[in-house]
Amino acid sequence: MKFWRLLIFPAWMTLMWSSVALAQDAPPTPLPVTDDQVNALARDMYCPVCENTPLDVCPTKACAEWRELIRDKLADGWSEQQIRAYFVDRFGDRVLAEPPPRGLNWLIYIMPPLAFLAGAYILFRAFKSWTAPASEPVVKDADSEADKSDPYLDRLEEELRKP
Amino acid sequence: MIADLGLGALAITLVVSIYGTVAAIYGGLKSKAEWIESARLAMLLTFPLISISALSLIYLLVNGHYEFEFVTRVTSNSMPTYLKVTALWGAQAGSLVFWSWLMSAFASAVTLRKWDRDREFLPWVIVVSLVTLMFFVSLILFFENPFARIWRMPDGQFIAALFQPAGGVLASLRDGQGLNPFLRHPGMTLHPPTLYLGFVAFVIPYAFAIAALITGRTDDRWIRITRRWTLIAWLFLSLGLIIGGRWAYDVLGWGGYWGWDPVEISAFMPWLTGTAFLHSVMIQEKRGLLKHWNMVLIILTYSLVIFGTFLTRSGVLSSVHAFAASAIGPLFFGFIVLTFVGSLYLLLRRWDDLKSEGTMTSLLSREALFLLNNLLFMGILVVCFWGVIFPLVSELVTNQKVTVGPPFYERATAPLFAGLLLLMGIAPLSAWRHSTAKTLGRAIWKPTILAALVGIGAPLALGIRSWAALLGFFLVALVAFVTLYEFWRGMMARRRTQGEALPVALANMIARNRRRYGGYIIHLGVVLMAIGIIGMEMFQKETQGTVPAGGSISFEGYKITYQSLSSFDTPDGRNVTRAVVNVEKNGKNVGELYPRRDFFFESQQPVTIPGVRSTWEDDLYIILVDWLPISSQGATFKVFVNPLVNWLWLGGFVFILGTLVAAWPDNEPELATARKRRRAAAPAEA
Repeated sequence: MKFWRLLIFPAWMTLMWSSVALAQDAPPTPLPVTDDQVNALARDMYCPVCENTPLDVCPTKACAEWRELIRDKLADGWSEQQIRAYFVDRFGDRVLAEPPPRGLNWLIYIMPPLAFLAGAYILFRAFKSWTAPASEPVVKDADSEADKSDPYLDRLEEELRKP
Repeated sequence: MIADLGLGALAITLVVSIYGTVAAIYGGLKSKAEWIESARLAMLLTFPLISISALSLIYLLVNGHYEFEFVTRVTSNSMPTYLKVTALWGAQAGSLVFWSWLMSAFASAVTLRKWDRDREFLPWVIVVSLVTLMFFVSLILFFENPFARIWRMPDGQFIAALFQPAGGVLASLRDGQGLNPFLRHPGMTLHPPTLYLGFVAFVIPYAFAIAALITGRTDDRWIRITRRWTLIAWLFLSLGLIIGGRWAYDVLGWGGYWGWDPVEISAFMPWLTGTAFLHSVMIQEKRGLLKHWNMVLIILTYSLVIFGTFLTRSGVLSSVHAFAASAIGPLFFGFIVLTFVGSLYLLLRRWDDLKSEGTMTSLLSREALFLLNNLLFMGILVVCFWGVIFPLVSELVTNQKVTVGPPFYERATAPLFAGLLLLMGIAPLSAWRHSTAKTLGRAIWKPTILAALVGIGAPLALGIRSWAALLGFFLVALVAFVTLYEFWRGMMARRRTQGEALPVALANMIARNRRRYGGYIIHLGVVLMAIGIIGMEMFQKETQGTVPAGGSISFEGYKITYQSLSSFDTPDGRNVTRAVVNVEKNGKNVGELYPRRDFFFESQQPVTIPGVRSTWEDDLYIILVDWLPISSQGATFKVFVNPLVNWLWLGGFVFILGTLVAAWPDNEPELATARKRRRAAAPAEA
């Protein structure tokens, strides 16, 4: 249990937070602008009309115009961050694939790891309360009882124990 | 006439459901067998009644009765007959009828089982099933009635109403709007029915759980009775999710199978709790532990089934304001809260009676690892639930909508899925009740070394350097080897004891313990699916380019040459723009692909159908993005190379096969197990 707590949980929390930070900066784009450069940015953006369809694959005219807008901005030398900020200014936070980490939005990033840690703690406590003292001779009885509930497995396990 | 029959049958269903509920409660409380029997017959009657209603609606759809608003909305003259039938679940009202139809089928099937040993459960199973059915039938009758006709009012306006409004004249429309183009796909003939079957089948174990709580039968009888129901529910839910993924891959034209869309997640959430439940009930059956937790899980699963239907049907996903404006949104919400709180109240009332019969003795025992598995499933559930409802919370609090997209879900769930794979590799080797690091280590070191060689060594030799991919492949290999090792150990044991040839040993071994080996086959299915998912998530490549006719895009060993483009209308109301591209791989011609864009006139909606060349190594997936007015000047293509994606679909087949093996009926398995238990208990008592 300790191993899990030490390794997995902090790693998970770090993973969750790290890429929020990583998504901030990108180098300026050289000219001319390729479709792939446009899509790299559009992939993590959403138009307010076509719900839950990323901008890079949305087939509507409105989204095609948005992609052209991204292309124009990239050609003008805007950075990815500037373009994102421009779209957020015009249409709100919902154009981003993830809520920006500020204010109430922090809840989305904090809640799942906290809930998981709480669950792990409850489970750990439950384990401790369930675990019988080592002196109790339950282990042997239990093995035989568990096996009795399934004679086939019993036979199988017995056979497997033979050299 | 037919419509009146359908409407009448639906109204009678509601009356019968109300009667059945009251009779069951009265019979259950007063122990009056004749009232319970009457309630049972009432529940049995709901299926033929809703069948009349559903078949009437299908008749109206197939025969183009456009005086009905629902028919107009989902069908048109140009649609083939099979699509007119599947249009039943093409919009809200019809899909609620379909949901109720399946629900009544399961409820009626339950009444036909042998109730001799479980008579006390019967009234309460009827109450839970009929209350659920009653809720859905009420929604149909009073809020989303597919039998509402279109009336032309004196002021020229059209309104939909069940009965003729004053001054209204029945509108005679000659054609309908047609089905949503995205739903005109073979996958859509199977995806909703399987998903709905999964949803409604989970009502049955929930009904038995509630019956156990009400009657105070705190043993694991309710679990044993519903084991097969649960597996069937899980089978259909899994199948629905897999078919949905395939449909998305074929129709949605974004190169993937799962977009972490709230609608997808709403079907995934009950699957998560259902999977956790399937694992944790084994602990209760084997060890008499986790009685509370199993109740919580089945209550959660039922609530998530209703919640999933609510999410997709209430309009709440578009906006919380749309939810408030819709008639059925608040009702759904109320029903979820009522059933959830009611279930928890019953659980708390019986809390002390549900004490565990044994204790946990080792943190590495099978039951302890199953509990960790439950924790991970719950972790994924929290991520999904919170991700889906957070935009609503944000809109309510700050009046600003936010999007929670794939990056959030992928980052948050990937470590949890990896943890599940690890447990899938370890747990089969740990023993029930008592397992130590030493015994477990002795069992696992060989598969681990083999997995490291194959899962890490081979990809490294192939030039893969991504640590996440290497970890993924290692875990996948570990699960595969441990599972295959389990099969091997069993087969060798049978060969030694029974002298059977290995294939016979394998068949007999699976036949004699379908649940265990069905489960292992499911694990192998997960392994194959995980290979596909790792391939797609970590190695998918894409590019986009505009090329003139005769021009090429070279990408990842492929050379895609744009040859021609044609545009034509089809009799079913589409304009199809279809490109012909030639594909070469490593200099060798491998054929033509035809990516196209269908524009549906009725709905003014485009649908992108990719051209796909599919192999075990990868899929070449080409989308026609755009084209210039004079097509010879050029067209824009988006090209995906999707490595290993076919392993995902193969894994899906294996997964379903394993579930079928596990769910295949035995001869009264619960009776046989009970006999075994009694025999085992007899010497102890003596």
